[in-house]
Amino acid sequence: MQVVTPLFHVLVFPGFLFLVAFGLFASWIDRKLIAKFQNRVGPPLLQPLADFIKLLAKEDIIPEHANRAMFAAAPLVALAGVIASIVYIPTWSSTALAGFQGDLVVVVYLLTLPAFALFLGGWYSTNPFATIGATRVISQLFGYEVPFFLACLGPAIAAKSWSISEITYAQADGMWLVTAAPLGFLVALIALIGKLERVPFDIPQAKTEVITGPEVEYTGRRLAVWKLTFMTETIVGATLIAALFLGGPHFWGIPFAAMPAWLAGAVGMIVLVVKILLVVFFLALAQAAMARIRIEQMVQWCLMYLGIPALINIGVIAFVIRQVGA
Amino acid sequence: MPKLSFPVGPQHPALKEPENLRFTVDGELVVDADIRIGYVHRSIERSCSERNYVQDLYLCERVCGICSNAHTLCYCMAVEKIADVEIPERAQWIRMIMHEFERIHSHLLWLGVAGYEIGFDTLFMYVWRDREVVQDLLEMVSGSRGHYAMPILGGVRYDITPEMETKIREGVAILRQRTEHYADIATTEATFIMRTQDVGAVSGERCRQLGAVGPVLRASGVDWDIRTVFPYLKYDQVQWQVRSSELCDVLGRTLVRVQEVIDACDIITQALDQMPEGEIQAKFPRKVPEGEATARVEAQRGELIYYVRSDGSDVPARVKIRTPTLANLPASIEMVTGGYVADIPIAFASIDPCFSCTDRMVVLDDLRSGDSRQMTWAELVKLGRGR
Repeated sequence: MQVVTPLFHVLVFPGFLFLVAFGLFASWIDRKLIAKFQNRVGPPLLQPLADFIKLLAKEDIIPEHANRAMFAAAPLVALAGVIASIVYIPTWSSTALAGFQGDLVVVVYLLTLPAFALFLGGWYSTNPFATIGATRVISQLFGYEVPFFLACLGPAIAAKSWSISEITYAQADGMWLVTAAPLGFLVALIALIGKLERVPFDIPQAKTEVITGPEVEYTGRRLAVWKLTFMTETIVGATLIAALFLGGPHFWGIPFAAMPAWLAGAVGMIVLVVKILLVVFFLALAQAAMARIRIEQMVQWCLMYLGIPALINIGVIAFVIRQVGA
Repeated sequence: MPKLSFPVGPQHPALKEPENLRFTVDGELVVDADIRIGYVHRSIERSCSERNYVQDLYLCERVCGICSNAHTLCYCMAVEKIADVEIPERAQWIRMIMHEFERIHSHLLWLGVAGYEIGFDTLFMYVWRDREVVQDLLEMVSGSRGHYAMPILGGVRYDITPEMETKIREGVAILRQRTEHYADIATTEATFIMRTQDVGAVSGERCRQLGAVGPVLRASGVDWDIRTVFPYLKYDQVQWQVRSSELCDVLGRTLVRVQEVIDACDIITQALDQMPEGEIQAKFPRKVPEGEATARVEAQRGELIYYVRSDGSDVPARVKIRTPTLANLPASIEMVTGGYVADIPIAFASIDPCFSCTDRMVVLDDLRSGDSRQMTWAELVKLGRGR
């Protein structure tokens, strides 16, 4: 039975190892960009890796009154959810590893696992700061999750499919769906900031308020897993947005069909990496340019300025599809 | 969710100096706040009575790193009043220039810290980068970036040479331009305004009742600045105005402080224009005659009061320091109570707390018996550890 190739895909590329490596690299790009925006020098290339290795070497402490099972399971569940979702998102070609009709819903669900796991991990840490942070995680979920899903629905309606692979394939002729759903693209990007808990939506992990919130009691390996989760979620989220709105591995004019498979794969991957880094650039710019807002301001603003545009976006697309006919 | 009680401090990323705030919260709403200070108590007042006046000059400077010049200035003013020594004209102008320099450095530091408290790291980085201009100027004039030790008993330690003057004018022009940019940010940047408007609001009337001073008081609409109320140095000979705001919230305090930086730049330039030539030090007796005096200055955080009593020897009998942060603390509790947890850091930071300044000798009044007693450092430590 063919076991080696799927195992390779899941563990190495584009699975675990690739996501971790690319996550660390994107984290470096992010920190370097923010440093440049702030007129600083920024860390060297291997800094995120060095931080990760350092964390692995630290002592593992579990608070006395914490629920050991939940405390230990939370970061692992979060990481598993994020890494599992890459299986359904097309990376170097229009077909994902295991795409099927409806995998868009599965991926959006898997990407909410980090937030819920963060909530549970923080809640069961029995630390007042973690408790406040955990409730903030859930409150923040109200703000960005529904607009994010609605925004992702736009391309699904435009491409008439629930499969991310088919949505990406529909953009193969060069017409990226961002032109069909520009509002949705912006909404998805901003909601991604909330998902990744970055400024201005890093409220659950506000350093000066709740001292990193739900993560406050985590140390050593487990904290490294949390950091890794958010780094890889950046990549997976960016890949999802690239696949849905920016045409994934496709770029106008590149004759994929005429190339040998390996070349098509390599070129597709490079194109995708460029798009992912564009998303990271936007995330870094948002972090550098703004202050952190309060949780009730965030939820209000998101429901008003993300929720309503997302709905308008869907309405417009549905209307256009009806008019155009096919 | 049941009411949660949690401490901010003594160690917390939001605090620059240790103190213990205990909050009771209901969800995100702060229901009750309590403050406990004393973590930086170094028995400076007691030490002052064991050292001579010149040693005390350097001791009082180290009450605080950010408002060090205000402390030396106030101490010198008090002791010179007792000894009835008039310092030369040029020395007074130089003292005023250093006073305003320190105001710039402190307010810019505060602006950066305020940015950090609300998660606006970029503002912090930019402001502190620009603050390096004033730090370099201070180092050029006095030799140090933190404790300048410029006011001495009888005058100032160093003179400002013509080369320094040129550099100061250039530096101050840059600072003025950059600070106007930050004033613009404070009034137009949406996320900044969201985090500072209507946060930590205390009315002018309440500020007066609670004894608040400095930018906190002025941001609540009360035009009270020691530089005009009890004029000292040469503030009555330069064109400037007391900055106040009707906003009463953190945004108001930000605007007042930023405006004061711009004013400080203007005062320095005018001072350089009007400064006469002459001596910078007057003869000061080693033994200060018997007497007592109070001096007050408008330090960066508000009114700083020094009381010095002399018994005729070269060691003061008593030095009492009332710092502005102590006066602002009751107002700060009012600012955080009834607000959100998220607003605690910025509302508390908006009084520009300096706990190094604040921790003086503790006098305990027992409510029930009416007794009062003073505690020595050792007793205080024992009390603190026993809790």
